[in-house]
Amino acid sequence: MIVLFGIFLLALMVISALAIVRSENLFSAVILTSIFSLLMAANFFLLDAADVALTEAAIGAGISTVLFLGALALTGEHERGGSKNRLLALGVVTITTLIVIYATFDKPRLGDPDAPVHQHVGPWYLEKTPELIDIPNAVTAVLASFRGYDTLGEVFVVFTAGIGVLFLLSARTTRRTEDLQANHETHQGLRHYLVPRVVGRMLIPFIFLFGLYVQFHGDYGPGGGFQAGAIVAASVILYALLEGEAQALRALPMRVLKGLVAGGALLYGAVGVAGMLLGGNFLDYSVLASDPITGQHIGIILIELGVGITVTGVLLCVFHAFAARGKV
Amino acid sequence: MTMAIDILSWVLLTAGGVFVFIGGLGALRMPNLYTRMHAASLTDTMGAVLVIGGIMLQAGLTLATLKLAAILLFLLITSPTASNALASAAILSGLQPEEGKVERRKRQE
Repeated sequence: MIVLFGIFLLALMVISALAIVRSENLFSAVILTSIFSLLMAANFFLLDAADVALTEAAIGAGISTVLFLGALALTGEHERGGSKNRLLALGVVTITTLIVIYATFDKPRLGDPDAPVHQHVGPWYLEKTPELIDIPNAVTAVLASFRGYDTLGEVFVVFTAGIGVLFLLSARTTRRTEDLQANHETHQGLRHYLVPRVVGRMLIPFIFLFGLYVQFHGDYGPGGGFQAGAIVAASVILYALLEGEAQALRALPMRVLKGLVAGGALLYGAVGVAGMLLGGNFLDYSVLASDPITGQHIGIILIELGVGITVTGVLLCVFHAFAARGKV
Repeated sequence: MTMAIDILSWVLLTAGGVFVFIGGLGALRMPNLYTRMHAASLTDTMGAVLVIGGIMLQAGLTLATLKLAAILLFLLITSPTASNALASAAILSGLQPEEGKVERRKRQE
């Protein structure tokens, strides 16, 4: 039954991918991309990867759609005429497809216990998580503690990407806030749409609350900093869409957002250094409390908080950079 | 008792499926945007209520049922809002609803 459902979802994904390629209206291509991400999230969920599914749904289907739409507002809705190198592109795609299909012949069967991935460090993580860290969600244990270095790297990638987008898009940051306040009367978001505004206002607190739940419940269920950051950012973006960007910038000024971007990554690094100062290794949380397991819990909650803060800050900075660009 | 609940949830799920199917059919076959939206909104109101109701009966009195109820509540709030936003965006961008036969006759009289 699961297999049948998986095939159904994958077929729908192929159809929407083809539709994205075929569609000449970029607006519908963006919406189809969002549908593709949602199907992908459902697929991840079928494969029991609830954490990844949550991330895909929040970032792929939610935030990136908003960012794509922001970019579309700058460029225009229709695709410009096709390139001349169609045959070359077709050749590259065909060869890549054949290579990928050839590679799948060596792939172990889905869920095969003899697969290399189940023979390597995976069993060790599953066996040691209850003993060393004692939280139910092994994914969080691996992500935040066992492989803390990797996650630190990911946070710095997000941080760097955010800085890069800010450099590229908002060269005129200094003048922006005054500009926006001057234009306040003309840019008031969805003020004339009564129903979405009322319902949106009603939903924002719940979205925010759900973000906090995902943030701090990551030890016990699917969730964690990356997903929570995306959800919290989504609630603020919804506020910006409803009340106008100026109002959102007044609630959370760019200064604060930049502080969030750097502060989250700094918090993560600081937890690592604190471990060193207390006599352990970098990112070794066991020394943070007298009991190693409690230390692990404290460390995981703190670094997840750092991840969440950085992700929220970066996503909101990128959103505001796009939105400000549209008004210049 | 279990039998009765199973039959009831089976009925709800099937009815929900029928509504979703009709909604999809209408979204494909209706002549213009507003009528298509009207058909599609059937999917996420009646279809969702019946299907989630059927699943809730299967789940019994557990935490899952509470979560499903929350999902249902959010769906019932958000999807009509989305339909409303879509329709008002269409009106604002200048797409006039087509006149049906009745209105045309009324205007001619």
